[in-house]
This record gives sequence, structure tokens and C-alpha cells, in this order.
Amino acid sequence: MSPDSFPNSFSNPDLKVASLISVGQHPKSGRARRASQDARAVELGLKMAGSSSRLIHVGGGDETGLRQYLGMGLPEITLLEADGRADAVPILVRHLKEQPADIVLTGIHAERGEASGMVPYLLAEYLGWPIVPRIADIQKVEEGFAEVLQALPRGQRRLLRVSLPFIATVDNAAPDARQYAFGPARRGLMDGVAVDAPVDETRLEWQESPAKPRPKRLNVVKAKSAADRFKAATAKPQGQGGKVIRDGTDREKAEAIMELLIAEGVVR
Amino acid sequence: MTDIPRRDPRTEWILRNRLHPQYDEMVAVNSGPVRGPTGLLRKNPHAVGFIGPNGIKRIDRSAGLTGGAGGLSSRAKGRSAQAEVELPMHRVEQPDFYVAVVVDLAGGRLSSHDKDVLGQAHQLVKAAEGEGAVVAVALGEAREANFDKAGADRMVHLTEVYGQSLTGYCPEHKLAVLEAVESELAPRYWLFPDSVHGGADLGSRLAARLSERPVVHAWQVDADHSVCRGGSQLTDWHRPTARVILLAEECALPIDETRHEAKPIELASIPKVTPRIEDLGQVEVDPSKIALGEAEFILSAGNGVRDWSQFHEVATALGATEGASRVAVDDGNMPRFRQVGATGTWVTARVYVAVGISGAIQHMQGIGRCDKVVAINLDDGCDMIKRADLSVIGNSQGILGELLRLAESRQSGTELESPKATAESTEEDRHVA
Ligand SMILES: Cc1cc2nc3c(=O)[nH]c(=O)nc-3n(C[C@H](O)[C@H](O)[C@H](O)COP(=O)(O)OP(=O)(O)OC[C@H]3O[C@@H](n4cnc5c(N)ncnc54)[C@H](O)[C@@H]3O)c2cc1C
Repeated sequence: MSPDSFPNSFSNPDLKVASLISVGQHPKSGRARRASQDARAVELGLKMAGSSSRLIHVGGGDETGLRQYLGMGLPEITLLEADGRADAVPILVRHLKEQPADIVLTGIHAERGEASGMVPYLLAEYLGWPIVPRIADIQKVEEGFAEVLQALPRGQRRLLRVSLPFIATVDNAAPDARQYAFGPARRGLMDGVAVDAPVDETRLEWQESPAKPRPKRLNVVKAKSAADRFKAATAKPQGQGGKVIRDGTDREKAEAIMELLIAEGVVR
Repeated sequence: MTDIPRRDPRTEWILRNRLHPQYDEMVAVNSGPVRGPTGLLRKNPHAVGFIGPNGIKRIDRSAGLTGGAGGLSSRAKGRSAQAEVELPMHRVEQPDFYVAVVVDLAGGRLSSHDKDVLGQAHQLVKAAEGEGAVVAVALGEAREANFDKAGADRMVHLTEVYGQSLTGYCPEHKLAVLEAVESELAPRYWLFPDSVHGGADLGSRLAARLSERPVVHAWQVDADHSVCRGGSQLTDWHRPTARVILLAEECALPIDETRHEAKPIELASIPKVTPRIEDLGQVEVDPSKIALGEAEFILSAGNGVRDWSQFHEVATALGATEGASRVAVDDGNMPRFRQVGATGTWVTARVYVAVGISGAIQHMQGIGRCDKVVAINLDDGCDMIKRADLSVIGNSQGILGELLRLAESRQSGTELESPKATAESTEEDRHVA
């Protein structure tokens, strides 16, 4: 398969993009699937470097979940086979030192397990690369720098310039991953390389249990006297003392509104 | 005339029926002292008290205690007296150890998440032996952030390092400051809000730098044991508490009974870094593409909007996301996904402008979490005006037209004729109004 078969790739085959992938789980049924943020990272990798972008997975190699990434149109997964309880970071550091990449893309949190989101940060620390969290897009790469669009809360975006090589975690605001196809998913190569990795001992001591619903915070009234409690019970809802402008021309009223919008910083 | 008191069954019948059209007149006539058939003075137990916001009748018996004459004035007095109460000062003279809290300071203010984390820090201090101080590390500009009331015993507040402002995105500089705090104070715990406003990012960076394994998504933390949410919110992890803790929202109650010193700490030296990430600033985004639930600024239309193309133009000119009441949607003037309220979207905007919306409860539920509400309406008695922080009474079409002109003149950079004078006159008008 050639990179041209991807209509929206900006095909820069010289660019080495690697995506770290993990097996996700369906939020309701818990069934194994591709993880949604990781799939977006793969999608971004396809856009950047076409099918020459790499997929890397550390662990046991759960077939069904991982093959869905292959179904997005990539020929193979680099599978670093290790015990499921092993720490992935040293293995990845070694691998990325042997086969360097310019851009490493990951999701923000895994969908299973502890989901601490620390893997990209630890990789960045060990490799000495910068890390950009929560990106929505990579706009251009030239002369050793990339311009990256970072997703902020409330649908806002920020443009960052970062030097190559770097690690980025991909936000849910990034473009949706394409649908995967069954045929390529079956045909794709998934040859494991056994690597030795120490088991993550600390984790073994922790206990995992199904999530308990968190208690809702109640509006506790800390009143010293009965009169205070009474006042808390009878207080009118907030926003009572709003400013009301009745008189004046439309122009003046509009200006009053504009003033507030500017003071709040929503109109720039 | 005899002094035998006479009963008037018809009046009594009207007085028993609050919905009778003549009820108010009869009450007014009979509001003097009422004598029973034997001449005894009768009290009307229904005439006292007032109806509370939940529709329940309330009798304020504290009126006599506070010494005021009228119920209302005494209530007002009681409230202002309460506002002046000074909370007791919590002092830490010689701290044995520190607990560092790195606040997000999103938009320059302490969020409720920040305050919860400060509350958690005080719980950890209390559980430990010896006297500990909570250090709030605030990086960037702060506006009306009451660090003393939120529970900061000590403060590290920096707005710039080596000429680099800390308000934008500069995690490398911020990390350098945290490293300086680490080397000077060696906090026993590092607490971060596990939030998208930068807390999770900075906390992970620090944990990686210090080679500490952080506790993340923690929602129940004590000195030696933490409970954290796992992936997809499906599992809980029970584990020992670590030094770096990323806390979920509502992890602990905020501080509300004490004041704290918020004494500034000067850092002796901050390591110099050459940043590899450069902030090129925020990008303009198309407001119509932002999901209604997370939009920051919403211009919402109701049944009082007359000119719909004008409304869309105003929204575009102001850069606002559009919203609508159910009536506007049902009438086909706006698409269904724009509906705000109980059966639509619950919005979280910082500024919500309601144009011609009466404020039905189903609509108000949807805007419960908005900060500032502006109402444009013809009817100055409607519920939206009661909720709004700024209301203008008038025809929506005229006011939107002027708003459009103002926004366009701002964009083109040319102010309209003598803006200063008009701005001042509105200021005066408002004081008069
Ligand atoms: C089960 C149920 C669920 C509902 N869910 C929702 C919901 O999710 N969201 C929702 O919005 N509603 C909902 N409603 C409907 C809700 O009860 C109200 O009917 C609706 O919100 C009223 O919309 P409105 O304020 O736009 O219209 P109106 O109540 O007609 O108010 C129009 C306002 O515009 C003012 N006005 C008129 N002309 C002008 C003018 N020229 N200039 C300025 N002002 C003018 C009027 O003074 C009035 O205040 C629900 C109702 C039910 C029964």
C-alpha cells in the first residue's frame, strides 16, 4: 500500500512518526477495542506521514483490540512482547533510542488499569524531549520545528511551536479516527519481539475494585444559631441585586452591555 | 346603636377565601384590631410572616431578638452584621514541614477545584504530627484571589521569571519554579488539581522530574491511604499515598472557618531553562463550532427576537455561540441542538446574554451554572430580569441593532462619534435608574 492511497495525508515520508497504542475498552460493555484517544493519535500519524508511520505496543498483544488499529490502513504493528504486569516505560525508552522517531503520539490516559497518563511524561523525561499535552492537530513541520494546535477547555485552541523530536498526547478534540476495515485488520502484520522487562512490583500491592459511586456534595449549612439556619433556608436565590436599565436610548443600553462584555473579556 | 358585636357572614366567607376578588379589600378594612363575639381581642394568625422562596410560609421570630423595629429592616441589619464577622486567624509561626499546593488559577481566579485541594492540604497537615504550613504556589496573574480565606499559610506567587510572563503556556518555566520550591522547602506533599487547566500537566511533569510515582485521579486521600479512579472511570485503585498527588474535584471540603496568613516566601534562586515549547498565543475559533455545553459566551434567542438575520449577524460580530429557548426552536427559527434548558443543553457559559427570553423554570435550569447573565427584554417583571446581573428594558430589535453597530465599529478599529461622552452618560443614567 502506498502513501498516496490516503487522500488526506500530507505525506512527508521523511518524517518519522510513531504512535503508542494500547487496548481500550468499551465504556459500558467493557469489551476490548481500540482506545479512542490512541486511535486519534494513529489518525494524526496517518495524516502526517501516511502509512510509513509506526505503531508501537508493549504488552501481551490482545489480538482483537490491536488489530482494529491495523484496520485503519497500516501494514504492521511493532509488538514488544512483555509480561502484562511489566512497566512499559524502560522498554519504550530502549526501543525509541534504537529506532528514533521525530514525533511520538499517544493518548492522554489509557482506558484500562491505573490510567495515570504518566507514560508520555516519563518517556519525555528519560529521552530529554519536550512534551506537549492535549493536542488537537499538528499544522506544519519545517526546519526542525513543528506548529502544534493545543486543545484548551471550552473549545479554545492555542498554537505552540515546539522543536523536534517531541512527544505529544492527543486530545479528544482531535479529528475522529477513521473507521477500521476488517480485511486490512486481518492481513496486517503483528510479529512480536520478546523483550525482557521487570515486573512492576509496586503495582502488585495495590488493590483494584469496581468503581464506587462518589458521594454527592451536599449544601451543608454551618449555622451557629437557629436564626442563621432560618436565614439560610429562606434566603432568596442568588443574582438578586442585578442592575436594571430602564431609561435611555437603545444606543446607551447597547453600550452598557458592551461594557460588561469587554470587562468580562469575552469580546476582544 | 347597641354595642353588641354583629357578625357579617358574607364578609367572613370572603375572608376565608384568599382567591375571592374582594379578598384584598376586605382584609384592608378588617385589618384593625378584631373583636370576637364576646368582645375579646382576636389575633389573626394568618397575617404574620411571609412566603419563602420555596413557597413555604416563614415566620421570622428573630425580629425581636436583633432589636430592630420592623421585620424587614432588622433582617437587613442582621445580614450586614453577619458579613462583617471576622473569621479567626490561623497562624503558623515556625512550620515543621510544608505541604505545597500548586493552584491552577484559571482566568486568574481560584476555582472551586483549587479550594478543594487547599482544603485537602489542611486535612493532611492536621493528620500529621507537628505544625505544618500549607504553601500555595500561584504562577501567573491573579485577580480577586482570596488566598487568605482559601487556606494559604504561605504563598509563592510569581508572575514572571527572567522576563518570561507565566500567564501563557510555559510549563518548562513553571517546572523550574517548582524545582526551586522543592530544593528550598522540601514539601512533605505536592498537591495538584487533576484538571485540564494545567494542574494535571504540571503535576505529571514534576512527578517525572522528581522520579516520584504520583497518585492520580485521587478522590479520597489520607496520610497513608488513597483511593483513585482508574481508566474509563470503571475501577477504583486502593494504594498507599505518595508524595505527589493529583486530586479530583470535590476531594475534600474547602476551608471556610478560618483565615490564613498567606505570608509571601521569596525563592532564593530559580534555575534558568531554555524553553523548547513556545506559546504563539490563542487562535481564533469559529464560535458556531464550539459545543453549546462548553461555550464561554452565549447569545441566546427567545420568543422576543423579531429579526432573525439580525440576531445571527450580532452573534457573528460579537463572536458568541448561539443558543435558543424552546419556543424559538419549536417555531423553527433555530435548530434543535441550540436549545438551552431542561430538555436541551445545560450550559456553563461565563457570560450568557438572553434576548427576549422570559425565564421559564425549564430554561433557568439550563443556565444555573452561568456566571454572568445579561437580559434584554420588554417586560421588566419577568423572571429572567430577577436572575440577570445586568438587564436592559427595551425592544430587542433596536438594542441588537445598536450592539451590531458597536461590535462592527470595534472590529474596524474606528470608534463611533464621541464614545467617551456617551459612555459617561450611560454611567450616570445607570446611577439614576
Ligand atoms: C416539559 C417541558 C420542558 C421544557 N423544556 C424547555 C427547555 O429545555 N428550554 C426552554 O427554553 N424551554 C423549555 N420549556 C418551555 C418553557 O416552559 C417556556 O415555554 C419557554 O422557555 C419560553 O420561551 P421564551 O422565553 O423564549 O418565550 P416567552 O415566554 O414567550 O417569552 C418571550 C419574552 O420576550 C419578551 N419580548 C417580546 N417581544 C420582545 C421584544 N420585541 N423585545 C424584547 N423582548 C421581547 C417578552 O417580554 C417575554 O419576556 C419546557 C416546557 C415544558 C413543559
